[in-house]
Amino acid sequence: MSVGNNIVPSKGAISIRNVTKVYDPGGADVMAVDDCSLEIAAGEVCMIVGPSGCGKTTLLNAIAGFHSITEGQIDLDGEMLCGPGKQLATQGADRVVVFQNGALFPWKTLADNVAYGPVVQGLMSKADAREKAMTMLSEAGLDGVADKFPGEVSSGMARRAEIVRALINDPKVLLLDEPYRAMDALTKSIMHESLLEVYDRTKVTIFFITHDLEEAIFLGDRVVVMTTRPAKTKKIVDVKINRPRDYRLLSSEEFRLLVQETKEAVHEEAVKAFEAGERELA
Amino acid sequence: MSNQNVSSRPTGLQYFLYKSAKALKTPTPYLAFLGITLWLVTYYLLCEQWRIFPFYKVPGPLEVITEWINKDPIWGTSLFTEDYYINIWVSCRRIFIAFALATGLGVPLGLFMGWSQKFKDYAFPILELLRPIPILAWVPLAIVMFAGFETPIIYLATLASFFVTALNTMLGVESIDESYFRAAGCLGSKKHHIFLNVVVPGALPYIFTGLQISIGVAWFSLVAAEMISGDYGLGYMIMDSYMVNKYTTMVMAMLTLGFVGWITSAMVRSAGDRMMQWRERALGQGGA
Repeated sequence: MSVGNNIVPSKGAISIRNVTKVYDPGGADVMAVDDCSLEIAAGEVCMIVGPSGCGKTTLLNAIAGFHSITEGQIDLDGEMLCGPGKQLATQGADRVVVFQNGALFPWKTLADNVAYGPVVQGLMSKADAREKAMTMLSEAGLDGVADKFPGEVSSGMARRAEIVRALINDPKVLLLDEPYRAMDALTKSIMHESLLEVYDRTKVTIFFITHDLEEAIFLGDRVVVMTTRPAKTKKIVDVKINRPRDYRLLSSEEFRLLVQETKEAVHEEAVKAFEAGERELA
Repeated sequence: MSNQNVSSRPTGLQYFLYKSAKALKTPTPYLAFLGITLWLVTYYLLCEQWRIFPFYKVPGPLEVITEWINKDPIWGTSLFTEDYYINIWVSCRRIFIAFALATGLGVPLGLFMGWSQKFKDYAFPILELLRPIPILAWVPLAIVMFAGFETPIIYLATLASFFVTALNTMLGVESIDESYFRAAGCLGSKKHHIFLNVVVPGALPYIFTGLQISIGVAWFSLVAAEMISGDYGLGYMIMDSYMVNKYTTMVMAMLTLGFVGWITSAMVRSAGDRMMQWRERALGQGGA
């Protein structure tokens, strides 16, 4: 793991102010997010946890430009993404999403997947983009499989390639929606170390949704606990543990206490959500 | 599962040989051979040995094969006569034209219907209204519309396979996971990028399933049309031999249709495999 990184993060500050999202107003009228505010600093790893269906993904979708917001405003580096008069953010490669079930194009090789962004944005020729993709894939330890299709590699490799596909665009923010949810504990821990390695190298702002509290503490600078639907910020846990971090951290007392603190807050909300009998909102 | 020989991947002929060698180690080809043999034996017993009702009028396999390879055929048509090949060629040419037209029109229509809700709102009701009309019901109209033999027959075969192709293509686009569109969007794609990189490749598996069905449907309508109004072709050959009681020739034409249909189907399938290597390989890995 690389040590001694003096990169000062200068981009990727997200400001979420009084955001409300109502699905199907007047009809089903489901309030997914209610007056939620959150400031994420440039280069921060912000972990979002909360009960299932609480509206975490709604926030991510609003930042990415997949869904509109009903009220409030979201800024990226001082520029409005969505807000009054423009409820749906424009999708762009400055905020790249890594999806829950993986969304590498199965019909493109890993290298072509990675090269895709710069090519369609008209930033690079196909050949140049491919060359850069190969370099970045080998940095991520994926040079042996660059010419394979996603269906031919393990889910861990696919997920790493997907993060490379995002990083080649030099995004301001990485938006991760439970990317390691379906993985076994061992693969997961490898994924964590490789993501931390990427982060230490790039200091890209990370907005990371998860249900796994240990994952949240291990990766995050802050862990934001959301209330059950409609989502608000309930508690913010500061993780003041130095980077670079490695797996030995998992057995430390400091780590255990932070997990405990988070767990209590999440558990309270999970019980509320369970009692409300709410179904997961996609 | 191992990633040791990740860089070596057989291609082309090498891959074909590897697959064939692998297939010969499975029971599949032997069972297929056994199945065909059993069918031939049953067919022989029923039609030539026991001659029981209702099979006693059906020409048996020995009779058909003897006639088929006869240099001087009793009923006038065999592998050694020109008219046999003219009939095959005429039908194949019609199928080729009809299938190309149906694919060229049906795939784009299906892609746009699947991609744009607005376009689907316009086009889909018409398609759904016309599609259930059986192809045989179009025959008189086709004859009224077009003069001669060739055009009405091609028109009918095209029409039938066009509906299948358009519908399957549309379903193919609708089957694409939303996250691929989103991923393409957040990587900075314009609309035409999404169309070329997500809509088209994502729909290919359904398109080729559709084309497999559509080539079958094209043969079906072609033969029906040739039987009703034809000058040449395998359908005409069947009807013509029936009219003059040449039942052996009739069965020969039927079996020829089986072979030719099977070959065209296999051609479509192999074109599909070629265009969807990503799928081939992923499936191949799963089985290895």
